[in-house]
Amino acid sequence: MTRDRAQYGFCVFLAAVGVLVLVDATTIGHASSSNDPIGPRPVPILIGALLLVVAVLYAIDVARGGVGTEEDGEDVDLKSGIDWRTVLLLIAAFGLNAVLIEPLGWVISGSLLFWGSAYALGSRNHLLTPVIAVSLALITFYGFAIGLGVNLPAGILQGIL
Amino acid sequence: MGELGNLLDGFANVVSPQNLLIALIGVTIGTAVGVLPGIGPAMTVALLLPLTYGMEPTQAFIMFAGIFYGGMYGGSTTSILLNTPGESSSVVTAIEGNKMAKAGRAAQALATAAIGSFVAGLIGTLLLVFVTPPMVSFAISLGAPDYLAIMLLGFIAVSAVLGASRIRGFASLLIGLAVGLVGIDRVTGQQRLTFDLPQLADGIDVIVVAVGIFAVGETLWVAAHLRRRPAEVIPVGQPWLGRDDWRRSWKPWLRGTGLGFPFGVMPAGGAEIPTYLSYALEKRLSKHPEEFGKGAIEGVAGPEAANNASAAGTLVPMLALGLPTNATAAVMLAAFQGYGIQPGPLLLQRESALVWTLIASLFIGNLLLLVLNLPLAPVWARLLRVPRPYLYSGIVFFAAMGAYAVNAQPFDLLLLLILGLIGFGMRRFGLPVLPLIVGVILGPMAERQGRMALQLSGGDLSGLLGGPMSYIVYGVILVILCWPLLRRRARPAPAPAETPQSENAR
Repeated sequence: MTRDRAQYGFCVFLAAVGVLVLVDATTIGHASSSNDPIGPRPVPILIGALLLVVAVLYAIDVARGGVGTEEDGEDVDLKSGIDWRTVLLLIAAFGLNAVLIEPLGWVISGSLLFWGSAYALGSRNHLLTPVIAVSLALITFYGFAIGLGVNLPAGILQGIL
Repeated sequence: MGELGNLLDGFANVVSPQNLLIALIGVTIGTAVGVLPGIGPAMTVALLLPLTYGMEPTQAFIMFAGIFYGGMYGGSTTSILLNTPGESSSVVTAIEGNKMAKAGRAAQALATAAIGSFVAGLIGTLLLVFVTPPMVSFAISLGAPDYLAIMLLGFIAVSAVLGASRIRGFASLLIGLAVGLVGIDRVTGQQRLTFDLPQLADGIDVIVVAVGIFAVGETLWVAAHLRRRPAEVIPVGQPWLGRDDWRRSWKPWLRGTGLGFPFGVMPAGGAEIPTYLSYALEKRLSKHPEEFGKGAIEGVAGPEAANNASAAGTLVPMLALGLPTNATAAVMLAAFQGYGIQPGPLLLQRESALVWTLIASLFIGNLLLLVLNLPLAPVWARLLRVPRPYLYSGIVFFAAMGAYAVNAQPFDLLLLLILGLIGFGMRRFGLPVLPLIVGVILGPMAERQGRMALQLSGGDLSGLLGGPMSYIVYGVILVILCWPLLRRRARPAPAPAETPQSENAR
């Protein structure tokens, strides 16, 4: 059986989070009082230290041949490797929405998000996909923002919608 | 009977035309979203939270109740009609259910699942009515050290007992606890892990965490491994049960309910173990054991009832103690906090009307589901054919909308993406996600209880040990932690894993 060495990467991630929590804990001001004898520091120090311990134990488990079972699902085909192109395109579509949502408004950024994600996931219907994207964005904007009072920005379409 | 009076008041709150309509919408959307492949009950509730942002708490809770049972029921439809269950608790339903469907008995499989879910939901919710108040009156007598102990038990239980690998469970829990630290410390006003970003001062919203880990993480993971050809959907007509099917189903429904509910109530019960136990029990008691593995109706009826009864059971510790024991309950607690409602033993006193309305809505949602699902099953089956690019784009779309709407800041979308990437990594490396969510929700509460306990003792660590309750709980924690050692001593050569329970202790 081939070892899943990428797991060490996750151990490093855990250790890094542990170090981050510990370093941050040292910068927390010392503010204990009779009301709160231990103050805000011990808990982060405890969690940071435990993260380091678990990172080491995890690495030992991996070294002894331990593997985690990858999550299965209805549409998941674990026999194929990770398709990084799809993942990166999805992340890009998601990031674009985060940047554009306030300046352009939800209707435009949300449409782009849906279209971009569908493209990333393999949709090549250049008529139907944008139509669905824009209708979803408009329906959610009118239904949620105007109908139910949910916070969604109108952006540059303010006054038009 | 105070409970019954309160429950009737709860019903009175629900039975207005407007609220019944909300319950119906909740049940319908909950089922529709729950049926969609790749979306389990927890993600259903997380994704549909924004629907309730503009509502009064009462109406929001009526809708949650519908979404909760609807999402549960939708999940079992998916596992019967597609042979790839998304939820670990539906694995058993899929074994016989899919075999039945392939043998042309999809209608009967769906019917026994629907009616079994109804029976289990009805009995489970009734038990909830009578078990919760005594549990609350017991919980109110507990002090801060006892609560700390119970919460620690919750941490250990979700990390070490559920799931295949303890170390991976603890890793997930600690990530959650670290996320829970972010923000200004409520007692002293000191910033922790905020990196001087004003957006982090209030901490990371639990809903953003839930949506990021469940919805975005899941979508990224599916995107990485998307099947070229979606699994085949078995066509289905109107669900119905013949006389013989009824005769074979009703006992498994009741036995499944009896197994499922207590496991749901326990902090580390979960739904997987009772569904497996129910399957094994039905196989042993069946007059047709040869049919098992080829589509035995008892093998759908029992586990499906156990699954639903366990879901009702998880509401007991959630409402009585504020302790989430499955992912769906964790997301519902997050929703409570979103309304500024503090979960815990005082919930039933402070928000009595709200809690009883929620429970009454569970009864009504359960009934609506039965009425809705039998005739609508063919429609649900068609939802399974949604083109996957649209399905997963839709999930991302609603996830982004929901997360933005919490605080109306684009910063949350970046957090959502980071959490989604963590969720992706966890799925890749086989880390369970439930401990993370529980850590985020319970971590800050546990810290508060611990500091309160130490305040009473003036900082002396002995203050962390309270009455007999905390000794018992720490004893249980010790047993759980030492379980692998104890097992090894009892059985020198570990037997091959037959049931999921023996895998759990690995």
